[in-house]
Formats: sequence, structure tokens, C-alpha cells
Amino acid sequence: LDYQHVQVPFEITLWIMLASLAKIGFHLYNKLPSVVPESCLLIFVGLIMGGIIYGLNDRSPPVMDSDIFFLYLLPPIVLDAGYFMPSRPFFENIGTILLYAVVGTIWNVFGIGFSLYGICQVKAFRLQDVSLLHNLLFGSLIAAVDPVAVLAVFEEIHVNEKLHILVFGESLLNDAVTVVLYKLFRSFCEMPTIKSVDVFAGVGKFFVVGLGGVLVGLSFGFTAAFTTRFTKDIRVIEPLFVFLYSYLSYLTAEMFHLSGIVAIISCAMGMKRYVEANISLKSHTTVKYFMKMWSSVSDTLIFIFLGVSTIGENHEWNWPYICFTVIFCLIWRALGVLVLTFFVNRFHVNTITSKDQFIIAYGGLRGAICFSLVFLLPDFHRKKLFIAATTVVILFTVFVQGMTIRPLVDLLAVKRKRESAPTVGEQIHIRFLDHLLAGIEDISGHWGQYYWKDKLEYFNSKYLQKILLREYDQPKSSIVLLYEKLERKHAIELAQAGQLGHGPAQPSFLCSAFLCSSSDRTVITDQKLEDTPNPDVLDNMQEILARNLYRIRRTGPAYNRHTLPGDSEPAEHAKEILILRHKSL
Amino acid sequence: SVSHSQITRLYSRFTSLDKGENGTLSREDFQRIPELAINPLGDRIINAFFPDGEDQVNFRGFMRTLAHFRPIEDNEKSKDQNGPEPLNSRSNKLHFAFRLYDLDKDDKISRDELLQVLRMMVGVNISDEQLGSIADRTIQEADQDGDSAISFAEFVKVLEKVDVEQKMSIRFLH
Repeated sequence: LDYQHVQVPFEITLWIMLASLAKIGFHLYNKLPSVVPESCLLIFVGLIMGGIIYGLNDRSPPVMDSDIFFLYLLPPIVLDAGYFMPSRPFFENIGTILLYAVVGTIWNVFGIGFSLYGICQVKAFRLQDVSLLHNLLFGSLIAAVDPVAVLAVFEEIHVNEKLHILVFGESLLNDAVTVVLYKLFRSFCEMPTIKSVDVFAGVGKFFVVGLGGVLVGLSFGFTAAFTTRFTKDIRVIEPLFVFLYSYLSYLTAEMFHLSGIVAIISCAMGMKRYVEANISLKSHTTVKYFMKMWSSVSDTLIFIFLGVSTIGENHEWNWPYICFTVIFCLIWRALGVLVLTFFVNRFHVNTITSKDQFIIAYGGLRGAICFSLVFLLPDFHRKKLFIAATTVVILFTVFVQGMTIRPLVDLLAVKRKRESAPTVGEQIHIRFLDHLLAGIEDISGHWGQYYWKDKLEYFNSKYLQKILLREYDQPKSSIVLLYEKLERKHAIELAQAGQLGHGPAQPSFLCSAFLCSSSDRTVITDQKLEDTPNPDVLDNMQEILARNLYRIRRTGPAYNRHTLPGDSEPAEHAKEILILRHKSL
Repeated sequence: SVSHSQITRLYSRFTSLDKGENGTLSREDFQRIPELAINPLGDRIINAFFPDGEDQVNFRGFMRTLAHFRPIEDNEKSKDQNGPEPLNSRSNKLHFAFRLYDLDKDDKISRDELLQVLRMMVGVNISDEQLGSIADRTIQEADQDGDSAISFAEFVKVLEKVDVEQKMSIRFLH
């Protein structure tokens, strides 16, 4: 038995296997994921595993190594998020997102830090040796909203796209602020005296970190696009370039102490358009599938390790401090959202309602990033207190907030029901008006600051496309690509399906009830005017309409952790509409 | 009336759509908008911008059509009723929608016109017979004068419970 030889890869594979089997297990019970979010179940599994290991070895189980987390587990998730991020709503709301991410996080950090310092002053809690700086340091790592946790929970509650992108975008971009503040306070802890010039240096550093991350990401992204221009003859390794360049951008940014998350997101968003145009269809599918797979595995592993790491002797339980931490996290987040939204609503016509504000505030979950950061703290005598507090906050937000957010959303969304069900005519006309409005909005360029978008488009078409695309004769929007895909594959199949739909042998409830045929049309009309409408037939009609009327675009979030875009129903409908219109042109 | 900043914004949008740079938009300019390609009513909406028989629309016409979608301000509702009805009144909004159904402009939505629109809005899983029944039902519900077609007044009556002002308004045109 040569276990030593294979130990490391063997154990890694076993952990991944455990994670994946756990995931299958949850989905076997259909009702379970709707009540308890997956992240909670995974932490629970982790807790059990940790308990087993502790019981067997009688020492603390392996704590999740911060390096493993930051270098291997986090990048796939962020890459997946950045690549599939619907860029349009993101850029439309970029101002609000940045406001929440930057100003909101700073507000939270200082708020939590100072109030905890205030708590430490109370003699009864025996916490007086925790200095202001330590509290601020703790504040900086606990204040940031975590993208992994947010994604995991928000996915199941189906909020509207704008809200989803606000919380999600904020959780991704606040990394820059967190990185700067954390490193700043940590270096302050080690410096004997702090001069005001150091504080200004810190502020300047924030801009460097954020913008530097964006620059690094974009340069890698464009290099990736440029590389794919020449991969025509070696299609097989095309997907690899996407992953290699993204990972490199993350590592390079981390190397220079810039924000790796911001870098990898800018890389993914920058290269997506050009890479998709250059690589083959199969490579494209491969890229999408692998990204989803890796991010899924990472996500599962992170939560399990969170569970495992909580068991053990790493904690110092000072209950007042811990309780107040949780309370202050909630309070300061709520206050921050309220104040910032007040400012945002003054400048925008599309206001953020109070229900939205509640969801943003309540959806500010903390997750594995805080956990890893707290383990990275230098060893000082109160470190275990911070670890305990962080663990409790994370468990609280993921379990309590994660489980209750869905019922609360449903509760808040209750509208007064209509007194009577909509008639068939109303159903049709309402959908008609919805489509009309969507079309008019698209024509008027309703969505966002298109001044900059146009400038960007101009820059893109004049310079970028010529360098980065292999064939640049015409701008290929995703709709055109979709359409070309259709023409190659699906047109015949759909035409056949259309034939089936028109076939005379279709038995249908309505047919049998009304003896439908074109020659009997007048008979039918007369008959119907006399008879009182059969309620069953009516229900059936409304049901048919409800199922088959095309939905307007953008009714749900475009990003989904578990499915690929393009496999969902709206995409199928889009294909059908395009075919119908092509026939009529 | 529309504010100055909105006019500038719309003009900017108009010029960005106008690829030929001749101060008017043609149908091709509209068809270049990708989201319109997957809108089932795309062609009809585009046609609504062009006055009868013409192939070009200038900025004035563009604005005029879009003005139907301005939200109805609360303070406008109490203005005096003597002036001409504003383009974005509920009645004019509904008239705009009605004209999209009524292609032959006889002020009635006939069964065929309704069927055409239905077929555009519905997937391939509904057979012609089912669609026909649905159309018949729609006409039967609305028809009060027994002509087996929907007139404008009947159309308005069907939608009386619907918040048309909100459904047909773009909030930024404010």
C-alpha cells in the first residue's frame, strides 16, 4: 500500500467527490433546496465532517488554508460571475453599484469598527485591550459583502434583474475597498506611529488598487482576444486560452497587491465579445461548460470547508463582543443602504423602492472571504476572538438571513389580488402592450447612458474590432450569431415542428368541442354567441395562452449559477420569433 | 411638453441610429436594433413610426411617435380641458395601440387582423384551430354591436381595468 505516494491528489479528489455527491443528494429531495439554500446544507455537511474528523483524531481538523482559498477556490467563481455577467444592466447601474461598493463599504467598516471600539470600552466585558486599530482591522474584513454567498442565496429567490445586479455587482466590486483597507490597517498595526500622510497614501492606494486591477484585467483580456484571432487551425486548445489568460490576470494583480477580483472580472468582460466571435462554436460551448463546472465545484468546496473549519479549538467565545458584532453588522448595513439610496434616488428617475432597499440590506451576506482574511491576520492575543466572531457572523448571515430572505421577499411582494381573473382578451392585449412598450424602449434607447456607450461602440468599431477580430466585415451582435447558428442547424427542425403543429391529425380539446374547420366558421360563431361559454374551455384557453404567449425579454435574471445561457426558454422563444420573421420578410 | 435635456437625449439617439447621416431614419435603421429583431411585434412597431406611404422619418416624426409614451403627469390631469388633447393621454395611447392591430385602417379589428397578431405573439405549439378559437373568444367578449369585429370603443372597454397609463409610459421621458 503506497498511500504516501498518492496522498495529496487522492485526498483532494476525495473532497471534491464528497462535495459533488452531497450536491446530488440535495437535489434528490425536490423540496429541500427551496426551503434551505444549498449553501446552508453544504456548511451543515462540512460541520458533520469536521465533527467526525475531530472525533477521530482528537485535534482540530485542517483549517482551510487561506492560500488555497484565494489562489484556487475563489478565481473560478469570480471568473464565472464576470464572464456571464449581463453587461448591459451592469453598466447601466454602474454608478449606483460603485456607490454602494465603495462608499457603502467604507461606511460599514468605520461604523462597525468604531461602535465595536465603543463596546470594548465597557469595563464589564473585559475587552479593553482590543485597541481601536484592531477593531478597525476587524471591521474592514467583516464589513464586505461576499459574492459567493450572495450568489448562492439570490439565485433561489428570483428578484428582478436590476436588484440582482446591484447586490451582486456591489459584492464583486467591494473587493478593491476591502483589500486596501485590510492591508492599510494591518500595516498600521505594525507601525509605531501613524502620520496623516500615511492616511492619504491609503486613500491614494485605493484608486491605484481599483484602477490598476481594471487595467491589468483589460490588458490580459485584449491579449486573449488577440491570441484567439490566430487559433483557426488549432481549435482544440482555444478554450484553454480563455482560462489561462483570466487566471494569469488574477495572479498578476495579486502579485502587485492590486485587486485580483476586479482584474479577473475586467478580463472576462473585456475579452468576451471578441473571443466569442473568434472561437468555434464547440470551443465556445466547452468554455461555458467548464466555467460552470469549476465554479460549481469551488462553490461547494468552499462551503464545506467553512463547515469543517468551524469545529475545533480556534475560538475564544466572548459572547458580548460576538453578539454586538452581529447586531452592528446588520444595523450599519441597513443604515448605509438607506442613506445611499436616498442620494441615488435624487439623481435617477428609476427609483429604488423601499422593498428593494430591504432586500439589498438584508442580502448583504458575509462568506468565505472574511473567513480567510481573518485567518491571515498576524498572530496576536485576541486573534481567536476575531475568528469566533467572524464564524458566528458568517453562520448567522448564511443560515438565518439565507433561509428567511425568501419567505420575507414573498411576504413583501404580496399585491392585492384582482377581483376577477383577466379575460382572454385582456390577457392578449396586455401582452401586446408589454411587447409594444419593450420595443419602444429599445428604439428610444431608454436603457442608460448611451452617450458613453456610443462613444465606446465607436472606439470599438474603429480600432478594437480591426485588431482583435479575425473577420471584421460586419459587427456581429449576439443576435446575429444566434441567427446564424439557427440557419445552420435548427431551421429545418423547427420547420418540421411547425408542420406538426399545423397537421390535421392534432387532437385538441377545443377542436372536439367546437368542430373546428374553416368551412364551418359561421356555424361556430353563431353557436358560441348563443351558448354560455363553458368554464372548462375558458380555463383551458387561458392556460394555453399563459403557456404559449412569448414573454417579453428581461423578465428574469439573466445570470444563473446552474444553467447555461442559451439553453433556457427565452432563448428558444427568441429563435422561434426570428424564424417566423425571417419567413415573413 | 418634453424637457430640454430629454430632447437632446433623444436627438442624440436619433443621430446614432441614423447611419446614413442624412437626418432621416429609414426602416433599415430601425431593423438594425438587435432587440427589436426578437420582438414579435417588431415590424409593426417600426411601421408605426412612418407616416403613410413614406420611407423616411425625420426627427420631428420620431419625437411625435415617442411622445405617445410620455407618462401622464398628475398636474396635467387637472389642466383645463379646452386645449387639444395631449398625445400621451390615455385615449391617444390606446389609439396608438389600436392602430397597430388595425392594418387596413377601417377602425375595426377584424378576426383576420387579430389572428395575424396572435400568430406573431404565440409559439409554434398552438395549432391554427386553437388560435382561431382564441380569436373568436376574444371578439365575442369584446363585441357589443354584433359586427364580429372590435371597434375602438370596444377595445377601450376591454382595457378599462388595465392601468394603461403605466403600461404605455417610458418613465425617463419625463
